[in-house]
Amino acid sequence: MRRLGSGARHLDCSVTGVYLRLEGITKSFPGILANSNIHLEVGRGEILALLGENGAGKSTLMKVLYGFYRPDAGTISIDGRPVVLDSPSDAIRAGIGMVFQSFMLIPAFSVAENIALALPRLGVWLDSGQIRERLRDLASRYGLAADADAKVWQLSGGEQQRVEILKLLVSGARILILDEPTSVLAPHEVDGLFTVLRTLRDDGYTIVFITHKLREVMAIADRITVLRKGSVVGTVPRDGTSEEDLAEMLVGLRDVRATSFSRAAQASEARTVLSVDDVSVRGERGRAGLSHVSLHVDAGEIGGVAGVTGNGQSELGEVVLGRLSPDHGHVYLEDVDVTRWSTAKILAHGVGVIPEDPLRMGVAPGLTVTENMVLNERRRFMPGAGLYADWRAIRRAIEARIENFGLAIPRLTLPVGTLSGGNVQRLLLLREIGRRPKLLVAFYPTRGLDIAATRMAHDLLVAARNAGAAILVVSEDLDELFALCDRLVVFSRGTVVGTFKSGDVDAVEVGLRMTGGGKREAWSPSPA
Amino acid sequence: MVALARVIDSRVLVQLRLLGMAGLAFVVVGAFLVLFGKNPLLAYAEIFRGALGTSYGASEVIVRAIPLMLCAVATALPARMGLVNVGPEGQLHAGALAVTWGALTFGALPRPVFLPALVALGLLGGAIGAFVPALLRVKVGVNETISTLLLNYVIVLLVEHMVRGPWKDPMSFNWPYTPEFPDAARLSTYWGTRIHAGLWFALAAILLFYFTLRFTRWGYELRVIGDNPEAAGRAGIPIGRYTLLAMSIGGALAGLAGMAEICAIQGRLRPGISTGFGYTGFLVSWLALHHPLGIVVMAILLGVLSVGGDSIQISLGLPYATVNIITSLIFFIVLGSRFRRRATA
Repeated sequence: MRRLGSGARHLDCSVTGVYLRLEGITKSFPGILANSNIHLEVGRGEILALLGENGAGKSTLMKVLYGFYRPDAGTISIDGRPVVLDSPSDAIRAGIGMVFQSFMLIPAFSVAENIALALPRLGVWLDSGQIRERLRDLASRYGLAADADAKVWQLSGGEQQRVEILKLLVSGARILILDEPTSVLAPHEVDGLFTVLRTLRDDGYTIVFITHKLREVMAIADRITVLRKGSVVGTVPRDGTSEEDLAEMLVGLRDVRATSFSRAAQASEARTVLSVDDVSVRGERGRAGLSHVSLHVDAGEIGGVAGVTGNGQSELGEVVLGRLSPDHGHVYLEDVDVTRWSTAKILAHGVGVIPEDPLRMGVAPGLTVTENMVLNERRRFMPGAGLYADWRAIRRAIEARIENFGLAIPRLTLPVGTLSGGNVQRLLLLREIGRRPKLLVAFYPTRGLDIAATRMAHDLLVAARNAGAAILVVSEDLDELFALCDRLVVFSRGTVVGTFKSGDVDAVEVGLRMTGGGKREAWSPSPA
Repeated sequence: MVALARVIDSRVLVQLRLLGMAGLAFVVVGAFLVLFGKNPLLAYAEIFRGALGTSYGASEVIVRAIPLMLCAVATALPARMGLVNVGPEGQLHAGALAVTWGALTFGALPRPVFLPALVALGLLGGAIGAFVPALLRVKVGVNETISTLLLNYVIVLLVEHMVRGPWKDPMSFNWPYTPEFPDAARLSTYWGTRIHAGLWFALAAILLFYFTLRFTRWGYELRVIGDNPEAAGRAGIPIGRYTLLAMSIGGALAGLAGMAEICAIQGRLRPGISTGFGYTGFLVSWLALHHPLGIVVMAILLGVLSVGGDSIQISLGLPYATVNIITSLIFFIVLGSRFRRRATA
């Protein structure tokens, strides 16, 4: 309370001096190194953009900073003094404030009541007059106007975000962390937010802006730190960098051709297996929509969907699998219109799927490996009325299949929940490819796998392709897509923003389109 | 290997912990008995002596275990797909209502036709009692825990209404019960005890429950839903249809328990045909972690407590409520530990 408003005055407004410093932050979870030796510095009166793909480690790093996770190694210091953050309340006491993507507001409370909750010392009586006065003060100073009596549920996303920021200011935060703040905003609200952030910066606040959108980074950041696969790729000042440079850092391009596979030549007159024709889905309640998406995958072809997670790829998958009914357009499997088919019918028609979150969406963790292996072939393994399941015979069949593919899976009698993430992914690959599907929809097929297993997974996918399956791979990993795919479709904001043939891929171009950058105007999509 | 050992270990541990927690309930109740000047050891000895010390006591344990097993399966089957059926008590009464209607309407039928018809009516009545909350859940998302619980009161009161009104025996001197069922509607009893043919229903239900879950595609899909509904839906398993089916079959078994109670024990419909068999059956299912063999064991254990409760009333002058308190404490502690585990998971 004390610091509110008046605190800013005796702060040094220049950009000199590091206020927040992270040194050597390392954090691992079983099987994943989420943050590896991360160094980060932000000064007073500076906006640092933390740029990275989904899964690059941004969220983990910010959760370390907010006291949710304890780092395995590394130190955090604020204003030159090392701090230990064991809980969010430690972080708040240290002056760190965070605006999450999902707001932490109580919808039934008024704006004033929500802000009262953020006061460092909440008395028995709410001094609403004082809160109002403070709100007025902040509104005039930073352009953060908010109706103190409005109930939060009545507010738009942008207004709720403003309340969140007000909460941080009132609670005395000096370091503001905003996690993908523009994802909830309409385009015209983004400019308003940026104005507020610049004013706060000029008043000496330290701001960390987490995003994967290049355009926003160029618009708001003073400096940019790029994360990739848990490590800092580099930190650059905004002046003197370009969207192209950032895209290259972001997706981390290596020598693409070296990892390409030898593949059987595609039949010249390939049969189209999957055809998505002008599909649109309204986006609502946190879901991305789809807007006039058309694409097709032929037999013996791997089609790739490149895009940052959350740009409609999972919705595309849901539509193909009959879990989401499109508002417009059709889905065809081998020229049969399956738009209104049930999931069960589509799966039975020879569609395999590796879902984006295997443990949550693909397996029953309490059931054994064998039981999970038969999930999408229940009728084959338990034929007829299904009144007798000969589990011993089923297990032998599964064992034979595993041997065939040479991909090791631990004991078949173990519950899947006891397996590592990589093993669950192997199980799914084996299960779905082992069914010899006509079409395989694979989300992030190598997520969680080590290098050797990734290689094996790629071999499996290519072998299935060479055997005539149509495969649709959805991934953020451009290396993987370039190595695997015959054709590549780039997704951004629920729509296809580019189609590329294998061989004439320009990785920087794809990276730019994925991230919504777009300085290069001269491009012509090849017909989908 | 290590992981396997861990799994087995954890299962044994869970069972041991359940047993330990049941013991805890006896200790707590014992402390209260001491407070009121009673010897708890004597009381507990009397409970087990009364229930298992005489052939009559032992036979009564079986008699009570019959509806408990049926009602436990009525809870366990939906529970294995993640549904909480608190309604066996109501479903038991719904079965009894349907059976009574049949018994009063088709009184002249010969036994080989009549009894199977009454069994079918009992199954149907119970099934309807559970189908309603299942449909509410599938169609409008009503929580089945609440709706089955509340329906219990509705159906039990409906029985009260019928036996005091439309179905009241004109010769009953105003007592609230229906006329006695014809002999052709009575289930056989055995060995000069009250153990009746409902025992075969109960054992068949348990066997079928075990076999269905373990060895049919039907049971397999049900277990997948219970373990991960999200994955089940994505694999094309029709969760709504399973909700209707599992609840209805469960309800049918509870209805069968109602049929057995009125056709074997009471011989007519009257209030109080169930001394909370539905609720105790629910408890049995949860104590047994919804496993078939555990249900048999727990049903007998609670049968012992129930019969023993009668004998401590007579020989020690302790109220029957002593046993109710023990049972509810066991339940409370066991469920409490389950939810704590979920909260920390």
